[in-house]
Amino acid sequence: MSEQGRGEDAADPLLEVRELTVHHGQLRALDRISLRVFPGEVYAIIGANGAGKSTLLRTIAGLHHPTEGSILLDGQDVTRVRPERRATRGIVLVPEGRRLFGSLSVEENLQVGATYARKGPWTIERVYELFGWMRERRAQRTAQLSGGEQQSVAIGRALVANPRVLLLDELSLGLAPVVVQRIYGMLPQILATGLTVLLVEQDVSQALRVASHLQCLLEGHTTLEARPAEVTAEQVEAAYFGLNVRPGPAPAVGERSEPLWPGSTRSSRAS
Amino acid sequence: MAWVNAIIQGILTGGLYALFACGLSLMFGVMKVVNLAHGDLAVIGGYVAIGIITVTHLPVLWSIVVVVPLMAALGYVLQRTLIQASLDRSVLTTLIVTFGLSVVIENGLLQFFTANSRAIGTGNAIITSSFSLGSQIQIAYLLVVIFATAVIVLLGLQYFLSRSKYGRLIRAVADDKEAAQMCGADYRHVFGIAAAIAFGTVALAGIAYGMYSQLAPTTGTDTILLFAFAAVVIGGLGSLWGTLLGGVVLGVAQQIGAQINISYEVLAGYLVFLAVLVVRPEGLTARRARS
Amino acid sequence: MSVVTETTARSEEKFRVTRSRRNVAWTGGGALIVVVVLALFPYLVGAGVWTIMVQAFIVLTLASMWNLLAGYAGLVSVGQQAFVGLGAYFVLIIATDGLSPFAGLPLAAIGCGLAAVPLWWLLARLRTGYFAIATWVLATAILLIIERFPSIGGGTGEPMPGLSGFTPTLLTAYTYWIGLAVTVVALAAIYLLLRGRLGLVLTAIRDDETAARSSGARVGLARMLVFVVAAIGCGAAGGVLAISELQVQPTAVFTVQWTAEMAFATIIGGLGTIEGPILGTAVFILLQQTLQSYNAWYLISLGLVAIVVALFARRGLWGLIDEHLHVRLFPVGYWLWDPGSTGRRGVLGFGRRQGGQHS
Repeated sequence: MSEQGRGEDAADPLLEVRELTVHHGQLRALDRISLRVFPGEVYAIIGANGAGKSTLLRTIAGLHHPTEGSILLDGQDVTRVRPERRATRGIVLVPEGRRLFGSLSVEENLQVGATYARKGPWTIERVYELFGWMRERRAQRTAQLSGGEQQSVAIGRALVANPRVLLLDELSLGLAPVVVQRIYGMLPQILATGLTVLLVEQDVSQALRVASHLQCLLEGHTTLEARPAEVTAEQVEAAYFGLNVRPGPAPAVGERSEPLWPGSTRSSRAS
Repeated sequence: MAWVNAIIQGILTGGLYALFACGLSLMFGVMKVVNLAHGDLAVIGGYVAIGIITVTHLPVLWSIVVVVPLMAALGYVLQRTLIQASLDRSVLTTLIVTFGLSVVIENGLLQFFTANSRAIGTGNAIITSSFSLGSQIQIAYLLVVIFATAVIVLLGLQYFLSRSKYGRLIRAVADDKEAAQMCGADYRHVFGIAAAIAFGTVALAGIAYGMYSQLAPTTGTDTILLFAFAAVVIGGLGSLWGTLLGGVVLGVAQQIGAQINISYEVLAGYLVFLAVLVVRPEGLTARRARS
Repeated sequence: MSVVTETTARSEEKFRVTRSRRNVAWTGGGALIVVVVLALFPYLVGAGVWTIMVQAFIVLTLASMWNLLAGYAGLVSVGQQAFVGLGAYFVLIIATDGLSPFAGLPLAAIGCGLAAVPLWWLLARLRTGYFAIATWVLATAILLIIERFPSIGGGTGEPMPGLSGFTPTLLTAYTYWIGLAVTVVALAAIYLLLRGRLGLVLTAIRDDETAARSSGARVGLARMLVFVVAAIGCGAAGGVLAISELQVQPTAVFTVQWTAEMAFATIIGGLGTIEGPILGTAVFILLQQTLQSYNAWYLISLGLVAIVVALFARRGLWGLIDEHLHVRLFPVGYWLWDPGSTGRRGVLGFGRRQGGQHS
């Protein structure tokens, strides 16, 4: 029941989500979701389609308004802050589907990302160093790049803003596995510069490989929350598909007094 | 030779029409707004210039220096308030609001300034005269100046959009405004900048037209808006130089029509516009068909 | 919990689907009474009122047509004056050939419908904003073409033949009655169209065009039909205009002011409902009568009110009334009654424009 690996400052999460409820019209996409991400972590959200993962990231980024709940960055409430202000405060999203500026070149995409950047180690030059191929092709229009290359540019565009929390939404979508692995392989270099990563991933095994902490969503509820080392594949599967799981709101962080299902190892969340 | 003269006149008036059109093209390209009050705003620019000249007796050039930034500021404010509010609701609302604005402006001008048309006196004899090439070709200096101005404005716009920070932001926001938000850009502010530029060019267009011809309350819709739109459609959206091409084609079509029968001038332009609409609705310079 | 759960739990109880909330017989009977009273107007009130009413009939017909276009088919036309003018000129041409303009009006309206088909072909592929200005350009082009024909008056206009045999009072009365007839037919036609299959297709298109298309709805055909119907309606109104003005003058019948009046009346009254234009026309006439001596002021105020309504009361005045009283004079939607609720509150209402933000 220890907090090892959760950052030096176990008491202060960098990003905190409290009881977040989000609706799409009449549909409740997220139901009182809570999570805490500590500095330097790779926090992975997994779950099937429609579980609410992307909605969660988009709401954290400010592109969607929650019905209830709050989002805190470094202890400060940013729930009402506009998305562009959230980006300049340090929450930067790499959206699902890349969403590059199609009529702009690679370099121009990065330049836009750097326009309102915070001070920090990441520059356009450094992004070129991270992705070796990019410097030569920097004048090319992004619509002409391959999927993996576009994903790299999208990540680069977010990096040059020098975020504190990097939100990665479904990096693997539409990409060949070897490409996905290569991109995830960059994570350590990214983390080394002091960033924290919160990612959403449909590919569970990939998520398990890179994450330092895991949360599984199902139909807007949290069904699992643990460190990868502490759970078995069966437990993850059970959480993913909702087997033996009672429907209903997940108990608030720190209040859980019993395992979610028989046989699981509790993750400790000393508050 | 009269035909050659007509074609040259048409090409030169194309510059004026391009000036009409580039603001409309910019606002549609960036914000997807069809500003039905576009022409009326040009007329306002012209009227304000007339007012300034009447009161201060300054030369026309000074009035341009005052009116263009003034209108640009108006554009920013109008975009951030009225137009953004309409955009947030729906495309229909934007059309209604800009149409309403057009009606209010025109009838307001009618009410306060009567239906009489006014011209912007240039005072400078050289500008109002023309020079000859051969025996049948007369070219007005003013028209050449206007054409040159249009080319300079388009060049300036192109440079601004491709090289400057805000130009990049404008293009980015036009591509994907949500993605721009994620990069920290407030797209409403960027829209405002684009609108300011559009309104600035529109003011210039109004003043140019006031010098070349006359301004009346209904000129905004009768002439400027419809010609601007025709130039944009013929030339193709998404290309500044396409706007110049469209203006030129429109101008030439009108002059050729006028050669056949003086009263066919405006109609000829519209017929060419309709033909382009049928055959190649994406415009002459577009690379691929628009849906 | 979700509605789905409730349904499965109470599958034995049936959901009721009705066309309206209250008894339509009331409003149907009421409408009939209104029409009869209006028809008797010339016997009841002075001639000055009739002229205002003719104005109202013209604007109401136009507004209803604009509402059909923009509120139900999503076609924002700033060029409907083309059909107003064409209707006026068709009546003129028919009357010049000897037929009474009153008898010629239906023919003129149908002529406008026929003219609308090739015009639709020009416009069909255009998106909203482009469509709007293109209709304006088209209307202007038609004006310029018509002015070329001196036989129908050229640029200055032509008096309407066939109207000189009547006394002024009788002429005004006949004009009034034909105006009333056109309006009643127009509203009835719109009501029946929207209540039928076309209404369903249009609502489907409005909600989700792609889904409607893949369900087999003939989207292009539906829109064209609406465009043609609107052309007929506007043409008929133009015919009434020509008769009431006793002459046809190109700049008067082809002016974009008609579109301004019909659009603003619709917006103020309420877009997307049949009752809206009625309310909007009332506001319009009120403004016009009050500000008549101030020339352009009534258009300025109409425009300003329309802007304010478009931004802040999206469903117009009728929308405000509907929201609070849930009244529908012309029921073209569906109400779904959940037997589990107290029955007073309908659960879902279709057939009217939801306040969508999607552009």
